Amino acid sequence: MSVRRLAPKELQPASFAFTDENLAWAKAQITKYPPGRQASAVIAILWRAQEQHEGWVSEAAIRVVADMLDMPYIRVLEVATFYTMFQLQPVGKKAHVQVCGTTPCRLRGAEDIIKVCQSRIHHDPFHLSKDGNFSWEEVECLGACVNAPMVQIWKDTYEDLTKETFGKVLDGFASGNPPKPGPQTDRQFSAPAGGPTTLKEST
Amino acid sequence: MTKLIIDGKEIDVPAEFTLLQACEAAGAEIPRFCYHERLSIAGNCRMCLVEVKGGPKPVASCAWGVRDCRPGPKGEPPEISTRSPMVKKAREGVMEFLLINHPLDCPICDQGGECDLQDQAMGYGVDTSRFAENKRAVEDKYLGALVKTSMNRCIQCTRCVRFSAEVAGAPEMGATGRGEDMEITTYLEQALTSELQGNLVDICPVGALTSKPYAFAARPWELGKTQSVDVMDGVGSAIRVDTRGREVMRILPRINETVNEEWISDKTRHVVDGLRTQRLDRPYIRDNGKLRPASWQEAFAAVAAKVKMSDGKRIGAIAGDLAAVEEMFAFKDLLGQYGSTNLAVQGGDAFDPKLGRATYIFNPTIAGIEQADALLIIGANPRKEAAVLNARIRKRWRTGQLKVALVGPKADLTYDYDYLGAGTDTLNDLASGKHSFTEVLKGAKHPMVLVGAGSLSRHDGAGVLALAAKVAAGTGALKDDWNGFAVLQDTASRAGALDIGFSAGKGGLTLAQMTTFGTLDVLFLLGADEVKVPDGTFVVYIGTHGDRGAHRADVILPGAAYTEKSGLFVNTEGRAQIAARAAFPPGEAREDWAIARALSDVLGKKLPYDSLGALRQALFKAVPHLMRIDQIEPGKAEQVKALAGKSGKVDKSPLKSSVEDFYLTNPIARASAVMAECSRLAAGRMLTAAE
Repeated sequence: MSVRRLAPKELQPASFAFTDENLAWAKAQITKYPPGRQASAVIAILWRAQEQHEGWVSEAAIRVVADMLDMPYIRVLEVATFYTMFQLQPVGKKAHVQVCGTTPCRLRGAEDIIKVCQSRIHHDPFHLSKDGNFSWEEVECLGACVNAPMVQIWKDTYEDLTKETFGKVLDGFASGNPPKPGPQTDRQFSAPAGGPTTLKEST
Repeated sequence: MTKLIIDGKEIDVPAEFTLLQACEAAGAEIPRFCYHERLSIAGNCRMCLVEVKGGPKPVASCAWGVRDCRPGPKGEPPEISTRSPMVKKAREGVMEFLLINHPLDCPICDQGGECDLQDQAMGYGVDTSRFAENKRAVEDKYLGALVKTSMNRCIQCTRCVRFSAEVAGAPEMGATGRGEDMEITTYLEQALTSELQGNLVDICPVGALTSKPYAFAARPWELGKTQSVDVMDGVGSAIRVDTRGREVMRILPRINETVNEEWISDKTRHVVDGLRTQRLDRPYIRDNGKLRPASWQEAFAAVAAKVKMSDGKRIGAIAGDLAAVEEMFAFKDLLGQYGSTNLAVQGGDAFDPKLGRATYIFNPTIAGIEQADALLIIGANPRKEAAVLNARIRKRWRTGQLKVALVGPKADLTYDYDYLGAGTDTLNDLASGKHSFTEVLKGAKHPMVLVGAGSLSRHDGAGVLALAAKVAAGTGALKDDWNGFAVLQDTASRAGALDIGFSAGKGGLTLAQMTTFGTLDVLFLLGADEVKVPDGTFVVYIGTHGDRGAHRADVILPGAAYTEKSGLFVNTEGRAQIAARAAFPPGEAREDWAIARALSDVLGKKLPYDSLGALRQALFKAVPHLMRIDQIEPGKAEQVKALAGKSGKVDKSPLKSSVEDFYLTNPIARASAVMAECSRLAAGRMLTAAE
C-alpha cells in the first residue's frame, strides 16, 4: 500500500457529468436508502463514475458525486482514497490488469505473471504503457484461488494463467478481441484440470 | 442507575454512562487521546483500555457502555479494573504503537509542555523502541492562516475531523487513505473556513496541529497566565491571557459551561498581534491639521481650553465597542457635572435602558439555548456576530429538537433554517400571526426570538426592536418560567453601557444627533471608531489604536486595551464579568478610568474617586447588580411586553447584519496582521463563491 493521491492537475478533466443513462441509474440507487441517508449510495455511484470515465475517478467526478449526495467533498475523497478499487490515476485505455499476488496465486506462479506485466506494460505498477493502452497493479486475493494464478481485467477474470497464455490475453486486449474470460486452459470453470477425477462411474 | 465495582469500590452511575465516565466518577484517571467530552465517540486510539472482569481482553472504556457490562455469575455488579497489570500492559502496548511513528521532536515542538502524548508517555511509555524499521513520513498540509500542521506527529485520533464536522459545522477536515497511509487533510488542502478553527489546536492531543501565528514564540512554562474575559464580541467568552514580560503572547479559552463551554472564536484567540501594533502610546494634539506628540499636561490643557469655552449641553461622549463599564461610568459622571446627558454607545440608539433590562439582554441565556425548541432569528448572522453562541445553537440543532427560521440576510449559519424573508414585512406578518411560522413558535415549549442588535442600527431600529418584542409576546415566548426574547448584542460594551444608563438622558442627544453637523462642540470618543463625526466638532479620542477615531481626533489620550486593565464587561446575557489585567499599557498610555479622573481634575470638576476600588464602589451603589460578578440579573417579561406595546410603523427596507467582515470588526482586530490575512482568505472565498 502506498499513499493514494488524486492525479495531478494536468491530467484532471475540467468537468465530469454522468450520461443520462448513468444518471438515471444513480438516482435509482439513491432511492434504495431512506431520505437523509442518500450518502449510503456513495460507493455504488462513485464506482459507476469510474466506469464511465476511462476506469479512473477524477477530481471533478468526486465533486459531482458529492453534490449529488449532498456530502462535503472531503467525505467522498475519503471514500475514494480508502478503497483501492477506486483508481485515482489514469489507467490503461484497453486494459488495467489486476494481478492477484496473494499466497495461492503466488505459489502457482503469480510472480511470472507480474514479470510479464513488467516487461510488456511498465516496470512499475500504476504506470501506463508507452502507448497508454495498458497498466497493471498487484491486488490482494480476488477469490479465484482454485484457478490460480489469475488476473482481473475490468470486470472479468482470466484464470489458470501461464506466461504464454497471459501474453495471449494481453494480445487479445491489444487487438480488441479479448479472449473468453475464465480458465485459459481446457479446464471447465473450477472443475479438475484434465477432466473429472471422481464420480466417473454412474451407478 | 447501575451499580459497578471499579477498582474494588462500589459506585452507582446512570445507565447511559460510558465506562470511561463511570471510571472518572469513581475517581480513576483514564488516559485518552481520541475521546473528547464534547465530540462524538470514535474509540480509535485505544488508550483508555480497562479490564472488565470475565472478559478475555481489555475494552476501550470510552466506547463501552455501562449497560453493556454483564453482571457476575451470582448477579454481583460488573467489576472493572483500571490499574491491574493487564491494563497497564495493554496501555503500554498501545503507547508503543502510537510512538512507533511519532517523531522524537519534542524539543522543537510547540506542543511541548502541554502535550497529552508527552504526559501520557511519562506514565505508559517505555524508554526504548523495539521498532527498527523506517518511520512513516507524512507531508505537512496547508490549512489556512491559523493552523500550522506537522503531520508526522499526527496519531490519527480524528478529534479535528469530528470537531470541524460537529461543533464548527464546516465539515472540511477528513482522513484520506487508510492504514499506515491515513492522512488528515482538508479537501485539496483548501484553507479552513470556520470561525472556530483555532480550537483545532486546542483539541489536538499532540503537536500535529499548532497555532501558526504563535509558532515558536514561547514555551508554556515561561508564560504568566491571567484569567480574563473576551471583548471581541458580546458573548464574553472566558479566556486565559498568557503573557511573557509585558507582552501578551497568546489567548486561550477557559472552560465556562454557561458561556463558551471550551471554545473561543478565531478573533478572540488570534487578535493578539493587534495588541502590539498601531498602538497609541502617548498623547497627541492636532496642530495645523497635523497630529503632533504631546505631554499629558499639554493634552489635558488643550481639552480643558475647549471644554471651558463651550456650553455644557454641547459636550457629548460616545463609547466604542470595547469600552469597559468603569470608564463609561466615569465619563457619565464627568459629563453629568456639566449637565450634559449626551451619551451614547455605538449601535445603542435602538435601546432604551429605561424600559428595563429585559429589552436589551439575551434573556433565555446562552446555556438556555439548549432548552429552546423553536428559534426565530431576526436580522442577525450569529455565526459572524457571536461565533461561539452560534456553535451552541448548532449543538441544539444537531439534537433534532430545534427548528430554526430566519428573517434577514441569508447566510450559511452551519445549520438548516427556514428562510422567511428579508425585511420588516415578514416581521409584521409574524407579529400579526399571519405567518405560518408563528404556529411553530406557539407550539414550542421554549420558543426563542433572537434579535441581532446589529440590524437595529438603522433610524427606525427602536421600531424594529419593538416589533420583534411583539412577535415574542404574540407567540408565547414570554412565559412565567421562560423568557424567550433574546437580544444578541454584538459588542462587549453595549449591555454594560445600557445597564449604567450610558445613553441619551432627558434632553440629551442620541448618537445619530451627536454625529449631525453643528450639534456638539466637544465630543469624547471612548474608543469609538465606527462613528463619523462631522466637521466643526472638537474630538477627544480616548483609545488604544491609531484607527478611524484617532484619525479624526483633535486630541488623542492613549488608553489601555482590555488585556491591560481590570474592567467590568456585561455580556449579551447581562452577565457581569471582570476582565483582569494581564499586561501593562504601552508607553505613556493609562487606564481609561484614570484618564477621566485626571481630566476631571484639570477641568476643575474632580470626580469623587481616587482608585478603581472607589470607582467600583460608586458604580455598585448606582447599579447594584453589577456587583454580582458572573451572575445574571434577570430581566422581567413585563418589560418586553411593554416594549411590544410600543411598536409602530417601520421602514420596509431589508434587515442587515452588523458584521460584514468577521475578522475586522474592531480597532484591535484591524491592527492585527493575522486578522487581515484571515479576512483576505475569506474575501477570496467570497469571490469564488460568487463566480
